[in-house]
Amino acid sequence: MFKARRRPGQGSAPYLFIAPFFLVFAAFGLFPILYTAWVSLHEVDLQNPDEARWIGLENYRHLFRSEFFWKALENTFTIGVISTVPQLCMALGIAHLLNYRLRGRTFFRVAMLMPYATSVAAATLVFAGLFGRDFGMINWLLGQVGIDPVDWESGRWTSQIAISTIITWRWVGYNALIYLAGMQSIPADLYESAAIDGAGRWQQFRYVTIPSLRPTILFTIVVSTIGAIQVFGEPLLFGGVSGHLGGASRQYQTLGVLLYDEGWFNYKLGYAAAVAWTMFLIIVAAVVINTTLARRRWRNGA
Amino acid sequence: MTGPDRPQDVRGAGTASPRRRPWRSRPRRGRAGPLTYLVLIGLTVVSVFPLYWTLIAATRSNAEINSVPPPMVPGPNLLKNIDLAYDEIDLTKAIVNSLIVSGTIAVGTVMFCTLAGFAFAKLRFRFRSVLFGLTIGTMMIPPSLGAIPLYMMMVELGWIDHLQAVVLPTLVSAFGVFFMRQYLVEALPNELLEAGWVDGASTFRVFRSVVLPIARPAMAVLGMLVFLQAWNDFFWPILALTANNPTVQVALNNLGQGYVPDRSVIMAGTFLTTVPVIAVFALLGRQIVGGIMQGAVKG
Repeated sequence: MFKARRRPGQGSAPYLFIAPFFLVFAAFGLFPILYTAWVSLHEVDLQNPDEARWIGLENYRHLFRSEFFWKALENTFTIGVISTVPQLCMALGIAHLLNYRLRGRTFFRVAMLMPYATSVAAATLVFAGLFGRDFGMINWLLGQVGIDPVDWESGRWTSQIAISTIITWRWVGYNALIYLAGMQSIPADLYESAAIDGAGRWQQFRYVTIPSLRPTILFTIVVSTIGAIQVFGEPLLFGGVSGHLGGASRQYQTLGVLLYDEGWFNYKLGYAAAVAWTMFLIIVAAVVINTTLARRRWRNGA
Repeated sequence: MTGPDRPQDVRGAGTASPRRRPWRSRPRRGRAGPLTYLVLIGLTVVSVFPLYWTLIAATRSNAEINSVPPPMVPGPNLLKNIDLAYDEIDLTKAIVNSLIVSGTIAVGTVMFCTLAGFAFAKLRFRFRSVLFGLTIGTMMIPPSLGAIPLYMMMVELGWIDHLQAVVLPTLVSAFGVFFMRQYLVEALPNELLEAGWVDGASTFRVFRSVVLPIARPAMAVLGMLVFLQAWNDFFWPILALTANNPTVQVALNNLGQGYVPDRSVIMAGTFLTTVPVIAVFALLGRQIVGGIMQGAVKG
């Protein structure tokens, strides 16, 4: 008896320690996602969700024929690219700067992270004002250099650029800190031997820093991709009253907004579940593609 | 009594693993030149300006913020604008609700994650690595995609518009488990655990009197991160709650999507509900930065 106790982890104690986490996760995380697939095979009315009617794949048939779905898919993709690619490149550059020996390094790190602490709703409401057509600060600034006012909200590309700006503003500092953490765990002798081989600063960055950061970069790409597929709050609030449509002609309606619009404005929960499950499958596919592409690319490059 | 420098590991930004600190003695890292400072100051301005603009817009009349050139210093209209925002939605209730929700979520998540993190760090049991891998895998699953069944569940329970509808589904975090495990693997000496077991203490007793005191700094950082995320959470709260019993984000959603004509009023609501959090964040910034960077380094 006594001896058994000396060995950590005998008996049921470990399972009791992990049980709360797994129980809550199973009930409110895993189960709802799996059950989404089941709901998506039914017709469910938001106002009467108890009565679900089996309709098989009808929701999906309807969805894949809907031009709104394809438009939302396209918008999600373009906003995802515009908001992620420049952002991660900038984050890498910022991390490089923060990695110098700096006076006030804590100040700069905290400053870069302020947008992350700002909620989606607050950030979007502020930026919606800054991007205003008539009195927005951004158009005023553009006017200073002789550019005519832009109607950011109504154009397809302009609205998507504005939304991507909000996303980039909120996340670039966060990703920079992730990269910074990665950079700081690169062993110094790698740089020393590179320097001995005559590599300059840029070459060190290119041939030591970037390759060493590969796992971190992959991590941020995957996380950003998952985030991009779910973009919701920015387009919803950027559009004000027409936010749930993603603009008057749905020029920036994303899949997340479409889900909300179909479920909570058109009361079609089953159909919205089909959108959600489609998003889930897209995320799985995107993660797999990201990971394999990155691996192959690096293997060839190395 | 386990090395007095232990708490520093969390506070000191970016301490990947307390055992090796390669960058401490790194000769390579150059001193920043003036250009670096210039760029960083520019980036700081870009980071902070939208928040500063919230202050300006919240303290001015609509006519003033629409003037050309726009005002660059705060004005005297804050209280009047906040008053008008209150006509739309009860912001006090929203703030109190957000405090309750985020506080409960932070405490619960930290507790559950410390328990699980400790088990994964120091206890031996069957399927340990499988279950831990599963936990990491769940970090990839976006919970918002389960919102529809969750919503139906909450309707069934009659919990729509009740705070528990927001608290319960957000009560765990796979990141938190990972974070606590990483910390405890390094910070918790095996000898101390063994000593507890030899003295005949149960694992729960050991957890309470040995693990918890050592885990405290990491728990504090995780608590701050979780609180911030819960405060800012948007998608699920706007489904589960309405303007009758809102959190801060639900209230902002209402202000932003409603027919409030005055931008200054929207900005006053935004200012009131956002700036306190940002201020606390700035005060605790060093710890939060350290926590994010520590969580980022995944062996």
